Amino acid sequence: MSQTSHGVGGVSYDAKKRTWPAEFNVFLALVILVVIFELIGRIFLGDSFLFNTRSDVGGLFNEARLQIIILQVSIVGIIAIGVTQVIICGGIDLSSGSIVGATAMIAMSFAQVATVNGNPNPKAMFLAQGWTDLPVLVPVLVAIGCGLLAGLVNGSLIAYTRIPPFIATLGMMVTARGIAKWWSKGQPISFPTDSFAAIGKGLMPVIIFLSLAVLFQLIMTYTKYGKHSYAIGSNEDAARMSGIKIANHKILVYVIAGILAALAAVVLSSKNLTAQSGMGVMYELDAIAMAVIGGVSLSGGRGSIIGTVIGSLIFGVIISGFTFLRLDAYYQEMVKGVIIVGAVVLDQWRQRLRALRA
Amino acid sequence: MSDIVLKTENLTKRYGGVHALEGANFELRKGEHVAIMGDNGAGKSTFVRQITAVEQRTSGQIWFDGKEVNFAGPIEARTAGIETVFQNLALADDLDVPSNLFLGREKVLFNLGPFSILDRKYMRKATEAALIRTAVKIPNLSNTIRHMSGGQRQCVAIARTATFASKLVIMDEPTAALGVQETAQVENIIRTLKDNGESLILVSHNMRQVFDLCDRIVVFRRGRIVANLRKENTDGNDIVSYITGAKTGEAELAA
Repeated sequence: MSQTSHGVGGVSYDAKKRTWPAEFNVFLALVILVVIFELIGRIFLGDSFLFNTRSDVGGLFNEARLQIIILQVSIVGIIAIGVTQVIICGGIDLSSGSIVGATAMIAMSFAQVATVNGNPNPKAMFLAQGWTDLPVLVPVLVAIGCGLLAGLVNGSLIAYTRIPPFIATLGMMVTARGIAKWWSKGQPISFPTDSFAAIGKGLMPVIIFLSLAVLFQLIMTYTKYGKHSYAIGSNEDAARMSGIKIANHKILVYVIAGILAALAAVVLSSKNLTAQSGMGVMYELDAIAMAVIGGVSLSGGRGSIIGTVIGSLIFGVIISGFTFLRLDAYYQEMVKGVIIVGAVVLDQWRQRLRALRA
Repeated sequence: MSDIVLKTENLTKRYGGVHALEGANFELRKGEHVAIMGDNGAGKSTFVRQITAVEQRTSGQIWFDGKEVNFAGPIEARTAGIETVFQNLALADDLDVPSNLFLGREKVLFNLGPFSILDRKYMRKATEAALIRTAVKIPNLSNTIRHMSGGQRQCVAIARTATFASKLVIMDEPTAALGVQETAQVENIIRTLKDNGESLILVSHNMRQVFDLCDRIVVFRRGRIVANLRKENTDGNDIVSYITGAKTGEAELAA
């Protein structure tokens, strides 16, 4: 600090005014949830939710359960990464679930084998053209192309016609679902090549999800793209006055969301070894819910990829926990709804508390 | 002539049939602090918007820093060295102080197009330097500015002008929404700018503030400059007469 003629400037650090990252609270909620399931399990079932109680397998934790917790949310998690950066930038994307459906159908058509058990593949879309047994790169690139195109349409509509993102992506949601059904006249597309099937095998979805999460956490924190996304979501006029090219940026944001939805489609259809036009229904809402539970503000400017990842784990813990307690899947959905609303209410309280303290 | 930072000649702006600004001739010397006063709708903000190129002028010429200029937009004006503190505070609430200071012109470590890696350490250091230079006090650099007081936020907006080598600072009613203490804080920062030899155009309704901080007062009325007075040669009543139209005719005492 230096002295000027009109007082001292600079930073006066006040430890009491320090605030811990918002993700900390979300993580705390995750831990509390796990503890609740653990306690209920111990008391009512005499079994542990988290720890290994079997003698025939090694390890401290119940590894099978931990794997399932994250595996079952990985594919929606990939979408949630894209949705998170859209929401941070002040938008919303309702089309991701339908993009998954359409992309899965189209990409799978380029990943099929020519013969099944010695007979020509009965489900092959492009058998006549001879587009079978293609290298795995082809369906993946086709998928990325589909996601890019859908995102480009979303982004351009929002940036140039100035219609609300809710409407633009709602339109894409309906249209992309239509494309998914039209592509094979409602028929499922099956029998992928081994190399395509390898993408979603075993724990691959988890690895892909976590790698993408790390990549995008870094992008959102350390690059111009991330900074500008937060700025636009926070105060679009300020961002414009500061010389940020809003239209270009928004288009890029929706393109990336589209590509991530397309990658989720690749992993999902590879894992299921088939593509169906109904794939990904409601995924967009699950993805938005994961982001919201993870502390992403729907009004834009606040949240992080880490938060969304923890939000997705909360989802996974709830599903696994209910299965563990042998409760019906119906209760899961009911509780999921309560948790989504509860998370936002808690976040609002926390914000108001912080505003009072500042 | 060389110490004239900004000069306008016959600057005119019409919105359809409305003559918002008529033939404004204005000069600003290096290090000079000039106040622009006038009633609502007198053309003050219109005048500022033509200089910062937020709007395109109907006719007239602008010289800035010795050259005739035709800025295509506010970004170009800013790049040339005109920093504006907007009435509505062009700050992003959810970003911290360094991010706000460098918004739209981030210092980059590796250039990868939109995914360029930011030089966060440099921006932090430069922010601290700017805060010290403008005597702005901020509790914690890494906090978002959402929960800062109106005064602190306005100070951050002003500190932004000091981060970059600006040749002219324009403030459009910087204390309009602030309390007494906060206003004093902002005024202190403006005095610091004066000490640092920065030129300033201050749009204000506050007579005391104008006489405290500025060397010269330019009065707008109905889109025209009706008075251009050195502070020593005038007083509050005189200015009010020009603002209300009780006194008319261009008084050229300075220049």
